[in-house]
Amino acid sequence: MSALTPARPGSASSSSASGRGSTTTSASDGRPPRRGLTGLQRAFGRHPIGVLLALPYAVFLAAVFAYPVVLAAWMSVHDWFFSAPGVEVDHPFVGFENYRQVLTDPQVHQAFLNIAVFLVINVPLTVALALVLAVALNRAARGRTFFRVAFYVPYVTASVALVGVWLFLLGGDGVVNSLLGPLAPDPSWLVNSSLAMPSIAGFVAWKQLGFFVLLYLAALQNVSKDLYEAASMDGAGRVRQFFTVTVPGVRTTTALVVILATITGANLFTEPYLLTGGGGPDGASTSPVLLMYQLGIEQGNPDTASALGIVLVVLVGLLVLLNRRLLRSES
Amino acid sequence: MSTTTTAVREQRPDQQPTKRGGASRWVVPAVLTLGALAFLLPFYLMVIGSLQAEPDTSISGLVPSGGLTGANYANIDGSIDLWRTLLNSGVITGGAIVGTLVFGVLAGYALAVLHFRGRGTLFAMVLLVQVIPFQLLTIPLYVLTVRTYGLADSYLGMVLPFLVNTTAVFVFRQFFLQLPPDLFSAARIDGASELRVLWSVALPLVRPALLTVVLLTFIGPWNEFLWPFLVTKEASMQPLAVALANYTANVAATTSNPYGAVLAGSVVLAAPAVGLFLVFQRHFTATNLSAGVKG
Repeated sequence: MSALTPARPGSASSSSASGRGSTTTSASDGRPPRRGLTGLQRAFGRHPIGVLLALPYAVFLAAVFAYPVVLAAWMSVHDWFFSAPGVEVDHPFVGFENYRQVLTDPQVHQAFLNIAVFLVINVPLTVALALVLAVALNRAARGRTFFRVAFYVPYVTASVALVGVWLFLLGGDGVVNSLLGPLAPDPSWLVNSSLAMPSIAGFVAWKQLGFFVLLYLAALQNVSKDLYEAASMDGAGRVRQFFTVTVPGVRTTTALVVILATITGANLFTEPYLLTGGGGPDGASTSPVLLMYQLGIEQGNPDTASALGIVLVVLVGLLVLLNRRLLRSES
Repeated sequence: MSTTTTAVREQRPDQQPTKRGGASRWVVPAVLTLGALAFLLPFYLMVIGSLQAEPDTSISGLVPSGGLTGANYANIDGSIDLWRTLLNSGVITGGAIVGTLVFGVLAGYALAVLHFRGRGTLFAMVLLVQVIPFQLLTIPLYVLTVRTYGLADSYLGMVLPFLVNTTAVFVFRQFFLQLPPDLFSAARIDGASELRVLWSVALPLVRPALLTVVLLTFIGPWNEFLWPFLVTKEASMQPLAVALANYTANVAATTSNPYGAVLAGSVVLAAPAVGLFLVFQRHFTATNLSAGVKG
């Protein structure tokens, strides 16, 4: 950490200059009316104790975030396997061999294809339903609190608990099928290779929707009332107003929703693991993170699993960048 | 991302009067009611199903005709020791809350109020951590925690990634920044040590932030599945979410009544988080929770 680097002349002033309101704080920072700085202050800045207070967090960040990220990158270009505790083994450098394995693995292709299916269904569903519900909630005359709470309850509930109910709903002899009767799909939802991933996408959309409704609700407060009035003067009905005023008015939030839903999709693990019995049928609902778990921990290849993790993160990063680029070119 | 969204402010109903009668008068309530039904019906089924001897999947099952029973709760307790797993969930969640509050307050205060060397670097790291996805960390963190440090099947191993929550540091920093700096200087001139200033002056003024952080750190570790699932093999160390998931995946299908016990376990797992949410629902805003729950 740079907080621990040895003192340099002028270090105290340089650190305070980066701070907020550096011109006024010299009078109000409570420094004893002494000329010059103490040795400690020269070394660590005007408030040396700040280093002490921030240190636990800094150490934690280094140990639980920074170091693992570096380790992931390192493992991905080395032959890394589990050994007995305390045994030193070589991890020879293998270049991009792990990446080659990952990128040529049909299971990996399938997993990314599954995520594409997930996103194509989940993102539009989330955006459309969340926006419609937020607009309705914004116009509601009564029961706002009740509806807001109702929409949000699935979001605060554990996926594991909700999966139990959805198995009850979507199972072969589940509630949905007994309502559908002869119209029930065969094979049923979660064991059907073309319906398993859409079912998961629907479940996740349902679970997360409340959060996105709140985001849209906040955004709707910032859409100018004048625009609605003007549109109304021009004779636009409610539906027309929705598409010409509301939808463009919350565009930045829509971009945020798309990004967050994409990240959720990329993190998908619990739902395919539990809803479809480990990503079945035949890998039709396997997600990249589920595959990382299977590759890295069940099969003991953390090196290829790390490579897969990095490929996944790069792809998500590209999607997010693309989203922002599209947004910018539109405006 | 938490800084880009604003808290939801309730708009007063009279601000946007319904100009048209007819259709729009019932469209809004109809949409909301349909939505609420879609969100709440599964919860209703969860509770009803958990109380029926044999959960009924037909339409008539929506209104249970037979008597209700606690047998499913006894069943799931017989399979996964509810008290033990609840205790494990509680220990992990409690540890995460304490760690997050202590480290979060200290770091947030230092970043907002104190001038020290490395502050800029640390804040840059805080921002960076916000964008590092957890999937990238899963494998190396597992390798380190379980294989290198030997923390498998231990509370420390399970709580480690949740001990400090960067969102909490952010929330505290924002709250401390809002306090007038003169307040701190006055206390310092009176001879208070920096810890004393933090404890007696700053902390009492940011109580709402404390509540917010407790709520957002509760939901995360309590509901978390992937990480404790990776770290625990022993049933006696598993939190309820992991034990229930293992039961759902491995045991449920082989029993004659596959749903009853799973639904009973779901109710027990869901109840604390949902209860806390219902009591403190005003404090759950988009801003507070946006990064609180990682996939």
